[in-house]
Amino acid sequence: MTDIAGADARRTEPVLSLRNVSKNFGAVSALTDIELDVHAGEVVALVGDNGAGKSTLVKILAGVHQPSSGTIRFMGQEVQLTDPGAALDLGIATVFQDLALCENLDVVANIFLGREAVPWRLDEVAMEVRAWTLLNELSARIPSVREPVASLSGGQRQTVAIARSLLLEPKLIMLDEPTAALGVAQTAEVLNLIERVRDRGLGVIMISHNMEDVRAVADRIVVLRLGRNNGVFLPDASNHELVAAITGATENAVSRRASRREAPRMTAQEEPR
Amino acid sequence: MSQNAPDPGARALDRSDVRLRHDEGLGGAIRAFLDRIRSGDLGMLPVAVGLVIISLVFSALNPVFLAPNNLVNLLFDCATVGVISLGIVCVLMVGEIDLSVGSMSGFASAMVGMLWVNNGWPVAVAILAALAVGALVGTLYAFLFNRLGMPSFVATLAGLLAILGLQLYILGTSGSINLPYQSPLVKFGQVLLMPAWLSHALALLPGIVLVVIGLGNMNRRRAANLSPGSMGGLIVRAVVLTLALEAVVYYLNLGRGVPWMFGLFVALVLVMNYAFTRTKWGRSMIAVGGNREAARRAGINVRFIYTSAFVLCSMFAALGGILSAARLASASQQAGTGDVNLNAIAAAVIGGTSLFGGRGSAYSALLGIIVIQAIASGLTLLNLSSSLRYMITGGVLAIAVIVDSLARRSRVSHGRA
Repeated sequence: MTDIAGADARRTEPVLSLRNVSKNFGAVSALTDIELDVHAGEVVALVGDNGAGKSTLVKILAGVHQPSSGTIRFMGQEVQLTDPGAALDLGIATVFQDLALCENLDVVANIFLGREAVPWRLDEVAMEVRAWTLLNELSARIPSVREPVASLSGGQRQTVAIARSLLLEPKLIMLDEPTAALGVAQTAEVLNLIERVRDRGLGVIMISHNMEDVRAVADRIVVLRLGRNNGVFLPDASNHELVAAITGATENAVSRRASRREAPRMTAQEEPR
Repeated sequence: MSQNAPDPGARALDRSDVRLRHDEGLGGAIRAFLDRIRSGDLGMLPVAVGLVIISLVFSALNPVFLAPNNLVNLLFDCATVGVISLGIVCVLMVGEIDLSVGSMSGFASAMVGMLWVNNGWPVAVAILAALAVGALVGTLYAFLFNRLGMPSFVATLAGLLAILGLQLYILGTSGSINLPYQSPLVKFGQVLLMPAWLSHALALLPGIVLVVIGLGNMNRRRAANLSPGSMGGLIVRAVVLTLALEAVVYYLNLGRGVPWMFGLFVALVLVMNYAFTRTKWGRSMIAVGGNREAARRAGINVRFIYTSAFVLCSMFAALGGILSAARLASASQQAGTGDVNLNAIAAAVIGGTSLFGGRGSAYSALLGIIVIQAIASGLTLLNLSSSLRYMITGGVLAIAVIVDSLARRSRVSHGRA
């Protein structure tokens, strides 16, 4: 699988490059020697079982956690992501799995939170117009941007979180389970959006459990298992290969279940394609 | 997708969703107001209802309660604890508490007495020194909270005792320092009143500002293809506000007039209201109170926000202490003790600032303290013993918190928490 990295040689330097990144929470090694490259105009899907370290990796790149060791290079420079503000200033935007919205603030305030243009005199009209523009780009179904986020549904909140990440025109955008709470149309919109972001030359890291979504947009699929790299795949890799890499064995709960049912298709974890 | 896309020519940008009921015009504004009340977003309603009940009960028991000069005295008293309460709004906004504001105010008044009267410093320098010590105490609380993880409840409880000790220490054996009656500070706290024409002019101001800003906003929103809002609602609000303020000012001018000290308090409330609603700092305060981790991930310097809240609270407490020293013309061991702490916190909560953080406004200090002081004044006029006064005030505080909790529950069930 590792020869896929050779295919990237024609490209320029990666936007983001991780070498030997490890993270320990006390005695637990959440991540061990992670290597990851994201190039401009590339969608990298990060897949793995629960507890594989995907969200931890995203939080390190967002500046929420600091790595225990290893180096992070962004746009050719070695960087220290000491806090979320530092990551945002560099141009790394994140949509967290828990969305990280303030429920007591309205949609406009959430989209601009921490990024208000004129600190001493908030321009509510300009902010509202920009919020509507972002939301309409996402074909969002938000009845009013002046309602507190607490009154929105899960999918609407997800759209708000994505709109917020786009506000700063980032160079790298990370989406942690971006389609988990979305309806059919919104999922398609988010996938379209990811492609649009990629076509603008940005790097995208996407975490998803939905192999169909992953295959639909990813240029490369990076598998994590128990906090370590466990292979890099192209989107045409078979489900069997992916599941094997994710679970760590060809003989596993998913394949046993598949053979037991003796279904011809080897689809696991998802609907038939 | 396309059939729901907004059509800029036909509909305003924020009116394109067909599911939303759009409240247009004056009727719409009233309907939106009723909806808000029903969903538990009570705003100033409890205060308004409370004040009406209080006035009816107390003026029935003793007609002096509503006499103009009693209300003027009431406003003098409001200003001192009200300023302290304004600080409490700051810490409640980020979901923390400062229990030491009473001690801080007492210590500040003692400092001014000692530096100014006993040591002969210029009064302005003494006041600045007291405010600086307030800032220092706030910084210390913020350090304990941010760096050492000490709950603000405990840190400020310790501060309550420690600062009270400092107050007793610098007052020494005499126990109290009298401030000279002829000094500007004491005059400011006791007799300085606005001329009638000025108070009437100032009462016109909010309505004018409301209309000017409102019309400006409407034009900008229309230009940006947003729904402009109701012109009728704006005019009605401005007229009602102006009439109410003018009536109050007229009534107060039947007595001594509007105290300058109360004017200072209102000015501080307006400044804080602007800071909370129209600045990045205020937005960050509300965000930290609502969801600290989300605020941190949005790149907000959460520690700085907590520090600013604690520092402002202690400085407002110090200022409130100085004002009450001016009010009483003395700095004594009793200053800032007793029910000052609780009144300041209760005023913020009664006015509508949530104890749970992330919800509140600067006006809650103003409205809440008027309720608290009205009760205190009414009970004093009835010549009730302090035992009864404490019990009744405690009961009112309990009712206020119950209303807050019930409204919060209702907001949660209506999806507006």
